[in-house]
Amino acid sequence: MSEIKRGNVDNNSNELNWQGKTKQNINRVKMWTLAWVISMALANFGPKFLWNQLESLTIAAITLNFLLGVGMIYANKIYIQNMDEMQKEIHLNSMAWTLGVGLIVGLSYSNLDVTNVIPGPAQISHLILVMGVTNLIAIFVGSRRYK
Amino acid sequence: MKNKLKVLRAERDWTQADLANYLEVSRQTINAIEKGKFDPSLPLAFKAARLFKMTIEEIFQDEA
Repeated sequence: MSEIKRGNVDNNSNELNWQGKTKQNINRVKMWTLAWVISMALANFGPKFLWNQLESLTIAAITLNFLLGVGMIYANKIYIQNMDEMQKEIHLNSMAWTLGVGLIVGLSYSNLDVTNVIPGPAQISHLILVMGVTNLIAIFVGSRRYK
Repeated sequence: MKNKLKVLRAERDWTQADLANYLEVSRQTINAIEKGKFDPSLPLAFKAARLFKMTIEEIFQDEA
């Protein structure tokens, strides 16, 4: 009986499509992110270790890093668009937290720097680290809420 | 919001993953809907109704 009803549904191609699309989108985000991270390392360490401060190559590496970043954003956009509604809600909440924490912590950190409360200049990498951790925690908490 | 998804799924001997595939959502979403922790959107509720050949009201009931 169940087999007949499954047959009536006749939805096998769609189910593969959605699952397949999701896997494909995840892999696409992974590849773009990996390429972006590698190009970031190249743009940062290349001038010192690979091409001896040659400006044209430095500009090319930074441009490549920027373009790969745009590709990564687009891949992420497609990935989120294909999510189901609960996944979208979890990610929307996590992005709201990430943006809010990033803004508040970033400006407080900047104030600490401007007022010389902290030794040395504020590093953008610290803010990115805070945002990344916030996003991970928010996704984890959001996912747990619906379990 | 209460729903009969678990019963309807069991009647057809479907797993959560089967139903998730039919409705094009994740298995976690089906689990959350069945437990009443997540309320589906109207389009998803219509999709479930079409799948089970029932009305939305027959599958989902307001607890208020």
